[in-house]
Amino acid sequence: MNRIDARFAELKAQGRRALIPYITAGDPAPQHTVGFMHALVEAGADVIELGVPFSDPMADGPVIQKACERALKHGVRLTHLFEMVREFRQRDAQTPVVLMGYLNPVERIGLEAFAAQAADAGIDGVLTVDMPPEEADEFGPILEQKGLASIFLVAPTTSQERAATICAHGEGYLYYVALKGVTGAATLNAADVAEHLAPLRGLTELPLCVGFGIRDGASAAEVGKVADGVIVGSALVSRIAEHAEQPDAIAEELKAILGEMRQALDALPAR
Amino acid sequence: MSKFSDLTRLPDARGHFGPYGGRFVSETLSFALDDLEKTYMRLRDDPDFQAEFDYDLAHYVGRPSPLYHAERWSKKLGGARIWLKREDLNHTGAHKVNNTIGQALLAKMSGKPRVIAETGAGQHGVATATVAARLGLKCEVYMGAEDVQRQKLNVYRMRLLGAKVIPVESGTRTLKDAMNEALRDWVTNVDDTFYIIGTVAGPHPYPMLVRDFNAVVGREARRQSLEEFGKLPDALVACVGGGSNAMGLFYPFVEDDDVAMYGVEAGGDGVDTGRHAAPLASNAPRGVLHGNRTYLMSDEGGQVSDTHSISAGLDYPGVGPEHALWKDVGRVQYVAANDDAVLEAFRELTRIEGIMPALESAHALAHAKVLAPTMRPDQNIVVNLSGRGDKDIMTVAKIDGLEF
Repeated sequence: MNRIDARFAELKAQGRRALIPYITAGDPAPQHTVGFMHALVEAGADVIELGVPFSDPMADGPVIQKACERALKHGVRLTHLFEMVREFRQRDAQTPVVLMGYLNPVERIGLEAFAAQAADAGIDGVLTVDMPPEEADEFGPILEQKGLASIFLVAPTTSQERAATICAHGEGYLYYVALKGVTGAATLNAADVAEHLAPLRGLTELPLCVGFGIRDGASAAEVGKVADGVIVGSALVSRIAEHAEQPDAIAEELKAILGEMRQALDALPAR
Repeated sequence: MSKFSDLTRLPDARGHFGPYGGRFVSETLSFALDDLEKTYMRLRDDPDFQAEFDYDLAHYVGRPSPLYHAERWSKKLGGARIWLKREDLNHTGAHKVNNTIGQALLAKMSGKPRVIAETGAGQHGVATATVAARLGLKCEVYMGAEDVQRQKLNVYRMRLLGAKVIPVESGTRTLKDAMNEALRDWVTNVDDTFYIIGTVAGPHPYPMLVRDFNAVVGREARRQSLEEFGKLPDALVACVGGGSNAMGLFYPFVEDDDVAMYGVEAGGDGVDTGRHAAPLASNAPRGVLHGNRTYLMSDEGGQVSDTHSISAGLDYPGVGPEHALWKDVGRVQYVAANDDAVLEAFRELTRIEGIMPALESAHALAHAKVLAPTMRPDQNIVVNLSGRGDKDIMTVAKIDGLEF
């Protein structure tokens, strides 16, 4: 069983929600990333989304754009991410790691080579922001062959018909984008999220995780009432940015903010 | 029977031109692109819509644009006769308005009160601001901060037209970053905003509809060639950044196998120096950017490369996906013209014909200079003079050591 599925099965049995932090690999410098990943796990991360820095992150707001720029200044590329995850796996064999990024760096390596190297490094899933299921005919089966989950996005604007297609292709979990906009935008509306998640339950058994607009314990708890998991990115990455000059302080910062969310989620009644 | 007939039946139902094109966008935009595609497919064969489009092109843009025989310049170069398709004489001074008229009609039909655009040299931004003013639409234009500096005149033109120009400070601060930012705006304001893309790139259906709206250039040139010299041209030449003016000129000739076509990319300091914006001529790898798969200048890690060109309008690392396919099947030859050759062509046409071309268009002229002497005097070259050069006076003056 894929580590992602195993983790969600475990959470379900415990009646708990998944907490999924996102950080950009190599931000503020590559030597810190593995340490941050361990810190996130210590603070209660169930799955880690590791961002692949890209020169043109079209779906991201300024916070993650700048994180990409900091990482790219160090020349961080996919091969470095594989090394980071390999190192992370030496101490952590359980926590699922999902690569999140854009298609071009992956295509440049080649789909087959990418899948082989990612699986070998200990990566469990891949979320390619600019590759909807209609364009995944070739990539999907290649990932599947290597046991990597294809994770897809569903948006507030997604029609029921498209949602059915996405659910049919999706693996691991479904990433519901809570806001029309880029990452790090305004605060989400929990009632609106609940309304959109309800019909998805009829389409899939996949865990429904919600990202965009979650920034603290309170917003995590709001979403946790209706979702199987919450995803937090820009709120963490902005802490990294604030402390980019004192990287040794970052791990504690990440633990503080993620720990608050963990507590808030675990205080909710069991699902 | 043309060996290229299949090319006229593209894109396929999912917006692919062979291995290129497609719709590589984040999920939030999918419904908006579906909507746009449905609207356009309904209207493209609708006689009322076409009549309105044609009326605007005739009475607002001033079409048809002339096909002008550059007699003195042809004589100086020796060889083939050179004809200029005078898109520079359009309202707003470039071919860009053909597309913005079309897309503004679509925006009007969709009932969205706000339009956005990306722009490089500012020509597409001006053309968008112009149609927005005419239709009373709110207009915001994203422009790389570096381009805002080198195209101050167009920035002010847009402001006079009532548009807001938003300088983009991210990335390389040029056209590709402006397009990133426009896409970010669109994904945020998708309910009330129509995105007017300025070239034959972007996610499906944009490459198709921008092509269709610009194809009036080639249809006219075809008819005018028969009128002026009684046969089809032997060669067509147009500059290629994203590739909309070239697409517009070439498309109606695709099945005319005897008409050679040359797409001229920005060679910058030279394709072998790495400082250029010529993904096709330099055989860049395949990649995905701004919603489509195409030839894309990127490094080994898949990061999109910095580009360089004297002309802001060609300073783009990718190219329209239909051009990518046309390169592969050999329908069009893609070459590059370097900055210095471009400047020389700019000066030469200005002095010899009294026509000041845009630096973008001067790329096509630079290749015509190479091509014409290799051809016979009874042969004809049609060059797309896609825009006028007023906006580039400051750039050229700066090279001449003058500041105003």
